[in-house]
Amino acid sequence: MNEVRTEQVLSRRDFISDQDVRWCPGCGDYSVLSQTQKTFPSLAIPKENIVFISGIGCSSRFPYYMNTYGFHTIHGRAPTIASGVKLANPELSVWVVTGDGDALSIGGNHFIHALRRNIDINIILFNNQIYGLTKGQYSPTSELGKVTKSTPFGSLDRPFNPPAVALGSQATFVARTVDKYTHHLQDMLRRQYDHSGTAFLEVYQNCLIFNDGAFQHLADREVRDDNVLILEHGKPMIFGKEKDKGLRIDASTPQVVSLEKDYSQSDLVVHDENDRNLAGILANLTYAPDFPTPVGVLYQEEEPTYDDLLVQQIEQAKEKLGKGDLMKLIRGADTWEVD
Amino acid sequence: MPTKDVESLESVVIRFAGDSGDGMQLTGDRFTSTAALVGNDLVTFPDFPAEIRAPAGSLAGVSAFQIQFSSKDIFTPGDQVDVLVVMNPAALKVHLGDLRPGGTIIANESSFTTKNLRMAGWESNPLEDDTAAEYRLYNIEISRLVANAVEAIGLPGKSVERTKNMFALGLLYWMYGRPIEPTADWLKEKFKSRPELVEANTRALKAGHNFGDISELFATSYQVDPAPLAPGTYRNITGNYALGLGLLTASQKGDIPLFMGGYPITPASDILHQLSYYKNFGVKSFQAEDEIAGIGAAVGAAFAGNLAVTPSSGPGIALKGEAIGLAVITELPLVVISIQRAGPSTGMPTKTEQADLFQAMFGRNSESPLPVLAPATPGECFSIAYEACRVALKYMTPVFVLSDAFLASGAEPWRIPELDKLPPIDFEYEKGGNGPFQPYRRDQETLARAWAIPGTPQLEHRIGGLEKENLTGNVSYDADNHDLMVRQREQKVAGMVREIPPTEVYGDTTGDVLVLGWGSTFGAIRTAVEKLRREKLSVSHAHIRWINPLPPDLGEILLKYQKVLIPEVNLGQLLRLVRAEYLVDAEGLNLVRGRPFRESHIVDKIREIL
Repeated sequence: MNEVRTEQVLSRRDFISDQDVRWCPGCGDYSVLSQTQKTFPSLAIPKENIVFISGIGCSSRFPYYMNTYGFHTIHGRAPTIASGVKLANPELSVWVVTGDGDALSIGGNHFIHALRRNIDINIILFNNQIYGLTKGQYSPTSELGKVTKSTPFGSLDRPFNPPAVALGSQATFVARTVDKYTHHLQDMLRRQYDHSGTAFLEVYQNCLIFNDGAFQHLADREVRDDNVLILEHGKPMIFGKEKDKGLRIDASTPQVVSLEKDYSQSDLVVHDENDRNLAGILANLTYAPDFPTPVGVLYQEEEPTYDDLLVQQIEQAKEKLGKGDLMKLIRGADTWEVD
Repeated sequence: MPTKDVESLESVVIRFAGDSGDGMQLTGDRFTSTAALVGNDLVTFPDFPAEIRAPAGSLAGVSAFQIQFSSKDIFTPGDQVDVLVVMNPAALKVHLGDLRPGGTIIANESSFTTKNLRMAGWESNPLEDDTAAEYRLYNIEISRLVANAVEAIGLPGKSVERTKNMFALGLLYWMYGRPIEPTADWLKEKFKSRPELVEANTRALKAGHNFGDISELFATSYQVDPAPLAPGTYRNITGNYALGLGLLTASQKGDIPLFMGGYPITPASDILHQLSYYKNFGVKSFQAEDEIAGIGAAVGAAFAGNLAVTPSSGPGIALKGEAIGLAVITELPLVVISIQRAGPSTGMPTKTEQADLFQAMFGRNSESPLPVLAPATPGECFSIAYEACRVALKYMTPVFVLSDAFLASGAEPWRIPELDKLPPIDFEYEKGGNGPFQPYRRDQETLARAWAIPGTPQLEHRIGGLEKENLTGNVSYDADNHDLMVRQREQKVAGMVREIPPTEVYGDTTGDVLVLGWGSTFGAIRTAVEKLRREKLSVSHAHIRWINPLPPDLGEILLKYQKVLIPEVNLGQLLRLVRAEYLVDAEGLNLVRGRPFRESHIVDKIREIL
């Protein structure tokens, strides 16, 4: 979150750039772009203070379609450029757009360190569980055994669990949404903006050309309510089309229970965004076959941000040592004259 | 009244050598500092072992420090050693070969024990057999003498042992007529929280000095007069430190925040450390998770309006290649510093080399030109770093600075510049108001594009690694546009010849041999050419600081000599650039030993080709 606010009244149109959007018709990226353009006017950030930074991938074309400052960088490295931008000018609102390959394959190292450092940037990870731009290789979030161009006999890798990786990196904000959940996505973007520190949002996104239907169970209106658990801080974890199922935790083991029979709401776990242990349990539901997929803010905590600490440290140094005296420094301790 | 003779010498080369734990670097630094105060010109060459701490007494653990100090202008740490100070048998084993015939050995006899002799591979004690027959050997029981001197203080044995380097220092001070007070003062400051160490070290220092004076071992002491340096205020400086100061000075003079993204790597880590101390100057230093993150953050900071810097060495530069390319195509001001070391791959991290010129010129995919500058001396690291910043900001480009391990830790007296005489750091942020903003519209003269930084209203635009359309900066795959943009980037760098001052030639404007060099070969080449010119030979020396683009007058200059010799610590990189550019049959002198050239290497080669 930034303190700089604007009096300007901005609209969705203000955020649409003059470039034709080139994603495949029906791509989930359109939805993310649209929700972003709808949400940003309400954040009241001066438009010139917004920077979108991307890596390489279909999702990384995002900055070209936003009428803000943008930087399309190199594969996996967006968090590093974003860190430099934010540290150079902490007043900017810095957003990283990345994908499952960009952030978790080549960019894995930068991803975990950005989260660890807690620099006040917002990372949106478009997870389509495939490499779209390069035409269909498997990614670090693709399921074991997936048959793709580079794995014609099935992939041999177990997939990463992005929220678990984020929590393992000491992330202070971990959330998930789905490309089709328009209002939820807007809320999540707002929550990211409000968070001070690195805010990580995983967006399940459909690549209709190379991995169509990966999240159908979460998107299809007929079945999705039984498959998704919408987390709300302070509310018991209820899901299901009839709101007849809930999540209970027995010791540290999660269980899906029916509210129609032996359990009532009061048996269910109440979501607490500040509970890291709970967040870990929820993250581990990602690939669990008999559990719904949690979406929403899994975890959030306010901790000192790297950029604030850096600014403070510089101020303290100036106070303690006095403002730098260049000539004194250049001369050093021992000089002598030659006449 | 001195009862001993005092002989006057023009130059002396001393090499201190001992085990890593013996404090040879510290000893060398103190001697250097005192020599500077006395007014000698000096050049140093620290020779570090690669390991943090090899087994005590082993050959791999020997650490050395060489200094040449003189009453005239000198450029090298000296080809041959006059005085070799050895604190243990391993040091003698490693370094005896570099001592000139008739040279002096000062040996800490106490450490020549059976065990140490065996560890160093001596079959018999070289202090007793005829190994040192052709040298002047002084066996001194330094360990025992310092133990006596500091006994009363009651320090533990190890601390006592550690003062023996002060004894050696005091003795050398006496031998060359140097004052001990500056070192005594320094000891008071360094150990101010441990007065017993101040006392012990000072006593050892004085004991060494007295020993020279009183002992009958030394009949003569020497003096080396101050050298005629240009008037001004001087300090001693090492290359890396000068580099850091140059960057800071550019930032302060240009009133632009300095951002450093880096990662520890030998021999560049000093710069990372140094810049991280400058917080009270507002410098933002960022030790990233790896080399790529270091430059990534620097590129981001440049995008946001900072003067960005990323220091490293060969293996790190290799990692940074893709990101440097991004800086080239996005045309952002960035200074990439390589402190070259012996390679390939991990190579020899503490040894010098200049084999990364091709990496700087070509180490990126596609046509990815950028200016390349190289300082010739430790002091010049300041002015080249400053110039690199100035050029980066003027032309909106990454700039490569090639230094090396020899310059990095080598020291020399450096005349402190007058800040208001330094060239101005000119740049401006785009403010807009000139019609629709075009990120890739260029300045007519420099071909630099405008710097519109985030936070500036109305100038929102997107840049990135994809090829961009001329003027608008929109992504473009157009065939003719790509050719145009590739040539524009090339032209921008080629146009920088306007920044290059006329090439100075030391010697004659025409002649038999021109020795052409770049980087740290300056000292050895200059010394060699000076020597041969005293013999009336037709040899001259030109040394370039800009390697890309090459100086516009260089082609003409090369034609005026019968032969062009290019000594390099690589297999011929500037050599190949010069041959390709000028179609001149230049010849190389190539030694890739992880050590600087000796003047004699160059003298011998010139004689051979004359």
